[in-house]
Amino acid sequence: MMKENKMSRIQMIKILLLVVVAVAMINGGMELYKHRHYQLPIVAGPGITQVKKLSEYCEGIKGTMADTNVFFLEGKEPGGKILIFSNTHSNEPAALLATLIFMENAVVEKGTLILIPMFNHSGSRNTRPGDGYPLYFEIPTDWGSKKFRMGNRDASWLDQWPDPDVYVHYPDRQLLSFIDTRNTNRTWPGRPDGPLMERVTYAAMQIIREEKVDIAVDVHGAETMFPVTNCIVAPEKSMRIATMASMTVKAREKFDNHVEPSPSGFRGLSHREIGDFSDAMPFLLEAPLPFLDQPTGPKTVELLLDGKDPFLLSLSKKGKLFVPYDETGWPIAKRVGQHCSVIQELMKQFTRKFPEKTISIQNVPKYADVVKNGVGHYYHNPDDTDKKSVYFN
Amino acid sequence: MIIYYIICVYLIALLLWNFIKEKKSVNDMVLYLLVLIPLILRVLRVK
Repeated sequence: MMKENKMSRIQMIKILLLVVVAVAMINGGMELYKHRHYQLPIVAGPGITQVKKLSEYCEGIKGTMADTNVFFLEGKEPGGKILIFSNTHSNEPAALLATLIFMENAVVEKGTLILIPMFNHSGSRNTRPGDGYPLYFEIPTDWGSKKFRMGNRDASWLDQWPDPDVYVHYPDRQLLSFIDTRNTNRTWPGRPDGPLMERVTYAAMQIIREEKVDIAVDVHGAETMFPVTNCIVAPEKSMRIATMASMTVKAREKFDNHVEPSPSGFRGLSHREIGDFSDAMPFLLEAPLPFLDQPTGPKTVELLLDGKDPFLLSLSKKGKLFVPYDETGWPIAKRVGQHCSVIQELMKQFTRKFPEKTISIQNVPKYADVVKNGVGHYYHNPDDTDKKSVYFN
Repeated sequence: MIIYYIICVYLIALLLWNFIKEKKSVNDMVLYLLVLIPLILRVLRVK
């Protein structure tokens, strides 16, 4: 009798534990599943002339979560070609927000603008629960708010798994961290039959080579405690244009954006490999992103969008940050506005140096406009737009 | 990639078997179930 009671007590505990764990797993799992499958509607603006898939440049990503939309904005007159891609790291949202401003508003007069808003598409459907990342964030617009997925730095394990012990970069065979095998800013120039993220960067290299792209701009955000922040990273071949753009935005638009040289011994980075493996001039833009700093409070949506944090403020007073920082933080409008202005200045300086390859665009706001009107002012309501012009990414 | 999913399923079976066979330690039961969560989420392609 005693033994039976004891057995039934153990069984009761087991059932209770199973129920508790199942509820927790289903509850958490559903949130993660919904996040991975949330479709973000983006509106193709008046300048879009063609929409392709990245897989058209590399068969190896067809039918995978890594495939993504590539938007072409072609001018009436020929000229130079610029590729802008964001969400290389999907936890750096100012890059995506700036690229979408170009996508929804830009009209190209001369040359061609190619946009890949969600370059690491798998990463945009990944998250980092261990760091307490929010799953979504919302940008207020003139017609309501626009909800975005908050992604992760690296592609999802669901799409590329397992990780190696050490990532051996192709083709240099440099040894990199295992996690960088899913980081699309370490897998350049890629190969058509490599791991999925190498195929993604290979597809982008094929766009650059086949479309004869002149400028490639990889848009990012970086910690305020990291020296390579608030800057344009450029290799030797892009240095003159980067320097001129940096000096011009400082003089005319009153914000700092210094130039950092691309290290030749550190392989796999877009600003290094694109230049070495094609005729294009690469640039990588970094805007400060306090959310990514380690010594901050909780990783909330407010921190992501306002960049206000008391711990960073304290560190700033001790001179530990690489950017100016005060009670106003680093609002998203400032970061997006910087990207918009720097990209346009790069085009202008390129056109000045190579007038036969002019790139001329209209209708894209500059830093002061975005700070004044807010980021959401430049997004259109997908519900009020012709469905043919709405793309889900 | 498929072989890693097979390994996951094998580990899930092992953990469940240990959970069923455990008669005394509630701590061990909890640990078996906690270790199960990420493996199940991976096999179901949730996370």
